[in-house]
Amino acid sequence: MSVRQSLLAILDQGPCYGYQLRTEFDRRTGSTWPINVGQIYNTLDRLERDGLVRKAEIDAEGQNYYQITDAGHGEVESWLGSPVVRSTATRDELAIKLAIAVTLPGVDIAHVIQVQRTSTLTTLQELTRTKNATDNPESSEELAWLLVVDSMIFAAEAEVRWLDHSETRLARAVAAGVAGPIPLSTEVPKRGRPAKALSAPSATGAAHE
Amino acid sequence: MSDELLRLDGVSMQYGRGETAVTALSGIDLTVSRGELVAVMGASGSGKSTLLTVAGGLTPPTSGEVIVEGHWLSQLSARQLATLRRRSLGFVFQDFNLIPSLTAIENVALPLELDGWKTRKAHRPALDALDVVELADRADRYPSDLSGGQQQRVAIARAVVGGRSLILADEPTGALDSTTGEIVLKMLRGRVDAGAGGILVTHDARHAAWADRIVFLRDGRIVDQAQAASVTSLFDAVQR
Repeated sequence: MSVRQSLLAILDQGPCYGYQLRTEFDRRTGSTWPINVGQIYNTLDRLERDGLVRKAEIDAEGQNYYQITDAGHGEVESWLGSPVVRSTATRDELAIKLAIAVTLPGVDIAHVIQVQRTSTLTTLQELTRTKNATDNPESSEELAWLLVVDSMIFAAEAEVRWLDHSETRLARAVAAGVAGPIPLSTEVPKRGRPAKALSAPSATGAAHE
Repeated sequence: MSDELLRLDGVSMQYGRGETAVTALSGIDLTVSRGELVAVMGASGSGKSTLLTVAGGLTPPTSGEVIVEGHWLSQLSARQLATLRRRSLGFVFQDFNLIPSLTAIENVALPLELDGWKTRKAHRPALDALDVVELADRADRYPSDLSGGQQQRVAIARAVVGGRSLILADEPTGALDSTTGEIVLKMLRGRVDAGAGGILVTHDARHAAWADRIVFLRDGRIVDQAQAASVTSLFDAVQR
């Protein structure tokens, strides 16, 4: 998870105490990923346990500073130099919702798609308006903020495109007579490990048997 | 002056007759007010472009009424309709539609000259319109000397020159790269914010998001609309 590496990367700039780290994280990410101070200290404990940071001085106000170790510095370099790998197992709530909805009787899936598309486009409008209000960044903080917002804009756009694609796919499946509800199976499920994620569904349409 | 620039009242459009008839639009009710940009989205064949040609008085609807700045188009003669199109409506197309043998300023001034303005008089508002799209310094260039984004900005200047207030844009960013497309949309948005109104037909969600309202067409009908609440800060938007 990138909070751990992000905090470590900030500590690579110099020693910080917990609340200061939270402030630094927020101003670099436009507060788009809220984290509380408790989470910061838990993360610092784990980083210390793993030898990536160590406790440094306590200042006159009692703030306990943390300092990055050589191993921690190496971890930051490794993080910045490696890709964020997307999982092939989806935890996307919307994808799962559509997958379930399409197997249920009496669900107007086109309506489900339209409701989502309207909602996502509304979000996209809001993001676009606010981005336009800050389109020429005047500081590194604003630039970092805009990068995050751009990412959200492209993610929302991708979701709308995926919804359009799903709608077309659904229409074709209906026309071909392959888009029907899946009734509850009367077979007793076998115990054991489920089939491997992303394996092709069988001819009967049951992916996990 | 009313704020309402365009009203489509129960507009339907059918091509052909009998068993082979195709319904392109069915019972469309839509208004566009001053300062408002309405995006129209929908799959291919959903009626987006037909809606634009009907709204622009290029094709009369089979039934229903189109009202532009208070004028009922069905009650206008062909000559009156042509005059209204020249004075009130500006079109922006995907492929720019500039006349290659005319310079940028001549292209922008053309609708005014067609309306009887003398060339010298027409060039003044044309230069103002080019200035708004930040191309006044390229007024004497021919379209072939301009980039795609610059040509589309000339087309936007032409669409709004002389106080024309209703912009009808059909995939105006379709032939442009993403960044140039955004610049063109920003210009379009700027003209609308300055008091024009517009319809933006697009299949691109990121571009539709520049509009105040997004209307979805399916099989010639409006099936849904998206309208963002006003957002005061980026923080509000990202925290939702």
